[in-house]
Amino acid sequence: MNLQNIITEIEKVDPEVYERFDSRRKVMKNFANLSGKLALAAVPLAISSMFSKAYGQTPGNINSILNFALTLEYLEAEFYTNVVGSPGYLTASAADQAALTKIRDDENKHVLFLKSVLGAAAVPKPTFDFTAGNGSNTGPFAGYLGNYAVQLAMAQTFEDTGVRAYKGQAPGLQSNRTVLTAALNIHSVEGRHASHIRAMRRALNAAIPPAQKPLKPWITLSYSGITYSPAADAAIQPSYNGEELTTQAGVNIIGLGGAYNTAAAASEAFDEPLTAAQVLTIVDPFIV
Amino acid sequence: MKRTSFSSPSEKDTSISAFGLQRRNMLKYFGASAAIITIGSACKKDDNPPPPSGAVDLGSGDVGILNYAYALEQLEAAFYIQVVATPYAGISALETEYMTDIRNHEVAHREFFKAAITAAAPTQIIPGLEVNFASIDFTSRTSVLNTAKAFEDLGVTAYNGAGQLISTTGNGPTYLGLAGKIVSVEARHAALIADLITPGSFANTTDANGLDMARTPAQVLAIAGAFIKTQINASNLPS
Repeated sequence: MNLQNIITEIEKVDPEVYERFDSRRKVMKNFANLSGKLALAAVPLAISSMFSKAYGQTPGNINSILNFALTLEYLEAEFYTNVVGSPGYLTASAADQAALTKIRDDENKHVLFLKSVLGAAAVPKPTFDFTAGNGSNTGPFAGYLGNYAVQLAMAQTFEDTGVRAYKGQAPGLQSNRTVLTAALNIHSVEGRHASHIRAMRRALNAAIPPAQKPLKPWITLSYSGITYSPAADAAIQPSYNGEELTTQAGVNIIGLGGAYNTAAAASEAFDEPLTAAQVLTIVDPFIV
Repeated sequence: MKRTSFSSPSEKDTSISAFGLQRRNMLKYFGASAAIITIGSACKKDDNPPPPSGAVDLGSGDVGILNYAYALEQLEAAFYIQVVATPYAGISALETEYMTDIRNHEVAHREFFKAAITAAAPTQIIPGLEVNFASIDFTSRTSVLNTAKAFEDLGVTAYNGAGQLISTTGNGPTYLGLAGKIVSVEARHAALIADLITPGSFANTTDANGLDMARTPAQVLAIAGAFIKTQINASNLPS
């Protein structure tokens, strides 16, 4: 299971990662137990809960968070680098091609920026399998290079996940004001990307579930706005679960200010964070 | 005064380019303010005059930051309520859908802050602000969209800059999380509006590192102040 690789990478910059999980032995025992005792469907949840125990409530150090962000930026940057020039991309309009190129460049800049901040502490780029096949290259997104609709669906998911991932880490960066501000300044760019990709998907009008139309630049309820195959849809949905929230800090948003806010609008008005554990579970199939 | 700093942005403020407007167009766009800018510049040497009496004080600490956000959301909500009530000439069905959605989001943000501040510090919440939209031509698509872009980009940079001013203890991390939930939605708005003006310009605000900008409350209010009739005293905010 490639999760061990993720932990190995984290260990390079956070030698205490195993202590966070109690001990290395216990981690490996947990892995063994996972495959032996749990139904396959429960595995991501169990992994997620392990990470939650390790990182969930504690702030974690700044470098760990930045390396987490860097890993996501590596993922995005390589994805767009692969997409630009691919057969699927070549079927897109000139405007769409320009947008994907612009986003590719932004993500590559984010990689360089985070590496420059981390210096020697930066984790190396993992090997990715963008089919989400854990290195088999036969995962649910196999053939994405030739399928523009799938490319945009993946791009949307990566951007929306990135927004939620940075958001989840912001409180952990409060001890360093400069780093916090830089992370927020990346966070909003991911939001801009997500908005534009969603508008591109609406215009393309492909791989969108009819019941979730119109697809908007913002996230409605927990709609992914994507349907491709059962396996692909299942891989994507965790990036949107939890976005349906309509209560913020104890305030029920529905109906506030008159009739303006339905549950849909109330959920759209606030993006929700993901924990590091949730994000790692989502990206795990893409990392060899 | 606020208009002085508008004409003389500090070294960290590259607001002109962030607005995606040429400086000339910007002055034209904010034409009503141009004369005042000149006058303001002339008396620049009167450094930091005391806030006018009767100004609304945003307050200090985290409540001050919440009031600051509440002030900006009041401005945005009032703007989009007007846009939807009196659509510009030639508005498309898609644009109507977007403007209505954004109005609903901004009203949600405004009302959320009103409720949250009232719950946390009922005696410290600022009142409803009086806006000044005299410089906006609500019948003109260009005027409305350019103003919308200015407000959304301003909102993004305001939240990005306010994050580091929120306390690290007590409810601070929660407030930072809430600001984070809102700012990415503002960024989604900003990208959409930018695309309506110039397709493909959704992220033209980024710097050489691919980052958006952050602005201090003083920088933000110097710009927003042109649209708010009520005087605002931000001098007690954290820095």
